[in-house]
Amino acid sequence: MAKEMRQPIESGCPDGFQYMHPSMVKNFGQWQWHDHPRPGVLRHVAKSGDEVWTVKAGTQRILDVFTLRKLCDIGDQFADGFVRFTIRSNIEYMVTDGAKVEPLIEALEGEGFVVGGTANSVAMISHTQGWLHCDIPGTDASGVVKAMMDELIDEFRNCNMPNRVHITTSCCQINCGGQGDIAINVQHTKPPKINHDLVANVCERPSVVARCPVAAIRPAQVNGKPTLEVDEKKCICCGACYPPCPPMQINDPENTKLAIWVGGNHSNARSKPSFQKLVASGVPNNPPRWPEATAIVKRILQAYKDDARDWERINDWIDRIGWPRFFEATGLPFTKFHIDNWRGARKSLNASTHIRF
Amino acid sequence: MFIGASTENTQHFFDEINDYGFDLGGAGPCVRTAMSCVGGARCEQSCANEHKIHRTLVNNFTDDVHRPALPYKFKFKVSGCPNDCMNSIERADMAVIGTWRDDMKVDQDAWKSYVAEKGRQHTIDNIITRCPTRCMSLKDDDSLEVDNRNCVRCMHCLNVVPKALSPGDDKGVSILMGGKRTLKIGDLMGTVIVPFMKLESEEDYERITEIAESTIDFWAENGLEHERCGEMIERIGIVNFLEGIGIDVDPHMISDPRQSSYVRMDGWDDEAVKWFERQAENRSAAG
Repeated sequence: MAKEMRQPIESGCPDGFQYMHPSMVKNFGQWQWHDHPRPGVLRHVAKSGDEVWTVKAGTQRILDVFTLRKLCDIGDQFADGFVRFTIRSNIEYMVTDGAKVEPLIEALEGEGFVVGGTANSVAMISHTQGWLHCDIPGTDASGVVKAMMDELIDEFRNCNMPNRVHITTSCCQINCGGQGDIAINVQHTKPPKINHDLVANVCERPSVVARCPVAAIRPAQVNGKPTLEVDEKKCICCGACYPPCPPMQINDPENTKLAIWVGGNHSNARSKPSFQKLVASGVPNNPPRWPEATAIVKRILQAYKDDARDWERINDWIDRIGWPRFFEATGLPFTKFHIDNWRGARKSLNASTHIRF
Repeated sequence: MFIGASTENTQHFFDEINDYGFDLGGAGPCVRTAMSCVGGARCEQSCANEHKIHRTLVNNFTDDVHRPALPYKFKFKVSGCPNDCMNSIERADMAVIGTWRDDMKVDQDAWKSYVAEKGRQHTIDNIITRCPTRCMSLKDDDSLEVDNRNCVRCMHCLNVVPKALSPGDDKGVSILMGGKRTLKIGDLMGTVIVPFMKLESEEDYERITEIAESTIDFWAENGLEHERCGEMIERIGIVNFLEGIGIDVDPHMISDPRQSSYVRMDGWDDEAVKWFERQAENRSAAG
């Protein structure tokens, strides 16, 4: 007898209030101020006088159930049993009793978790699935993050930066990691290598042709098979054709490099939101530790730490000192590739005599 | 996101987790699952009920979440203040950002304690001079003077001195549309479409849902395959988009007026009349 299909309950997004710490429910919309008692800890005070202390710990973002259970056990035993995950995949424990904070931190650190990532620290690096789950990446996501955070761990644990630093990584040029103060993104440098025998069987050719941002792809016949070809003079090597058409392989162990971008900032504070700008490219995609990329990130952070004023994010800092000084301070080369030629590029040229000497 | 289930287990997994009150969906060319900041649950800068806005918007489109039939993805994101911790301005097709319309609140005693503790120079260098519209002045008696009409709610001063400075009481949201990430034409920031609306009454929530519906309907009809809403706006022009969703032009939508004269403007008089009529309507509605 055929099993009857269970009708799905299309409940949509569940109500967060049922999972919320009771003190947060009670004081919803009635918070008054907050401060930072120590790195990794926030204290919020409500108009009622109630307090909620938050302890933030880094996680590897893709959590196995065992680690997740351990984190939750710590929450039950040492906190009030209420947690949230942040946009950068850290876990936050909320407690109403400040006396619980130290034992909670000890419990977390005892299990190997790192407490930090608040205020003017280097926050957890934002990234996505990489080789764990995505078919597109030219390099790993969590691997790069692990290698870099190992080097930057003291800056996560402490609050020594002029302002928070949001670093992101992306394993292809779709850039899921997002805009950040510093972004380490894959940069393909050669057009895709096409397996013409497979294209017609696998790819919806008109979609792939439409997908190319510079109209460099057209239908063709190769070895008597219908396929696609790329006008390599037009190709910008973005890899957009690869997801809908895997036989157009964009990833290459030698020619897929990393590029580094700085100055992305979503916040409206002090200045309007800004996009990140290219500062370095041709960086080797060198697993398992990506030392060259990490070295450049550290140089940028050092220059920022040495020279920026309090509250300046990286974009604010560069705005004040100017790009020529940025390249000087970080020792990075300035090339013809730094000059934008994409849509709206004219706005990025210096139409003034505002020059620093 | 649960990664690594075997094919045989996926239905069983969903059946069980659905019973616990969780739902599936949000991959492909559909309305995606949204994000909202911790907001009113913990943050003093919260200017809106982020949780409610998030659920109101996403749950109105459950069908569109579950049955991908749109040109491409569509994302809502809600941040309770212009710090925009959800990065909604850039990562959402429709970004809802809390803000306030009246004067910021200044606790002068708390402010003066801050100045006494940190010093006048520190206060001037880190707060007063960082205001993007230079609307703040540190008076000789250490009190703070704010030209609220020129405050753009950038949040910097509130971030630095949360004990003394807070959002005003006349809270609401700004809505920006068309933000998107990199593929294919590059990253786009959202554009202000609704400079301010209240979100308190049920009618207010119905109105924001209506705005979302008009936008998704228009984009579903007019977007090309794999074209994000922002890419469509780039292609057809924002004026056509506004007409399509039934929202009037507003100077808050631009940072500068046009710099190019190469446009046909013989409809000028009619458009100017529309503006004056709207202004008159707004004045009489305000009473």
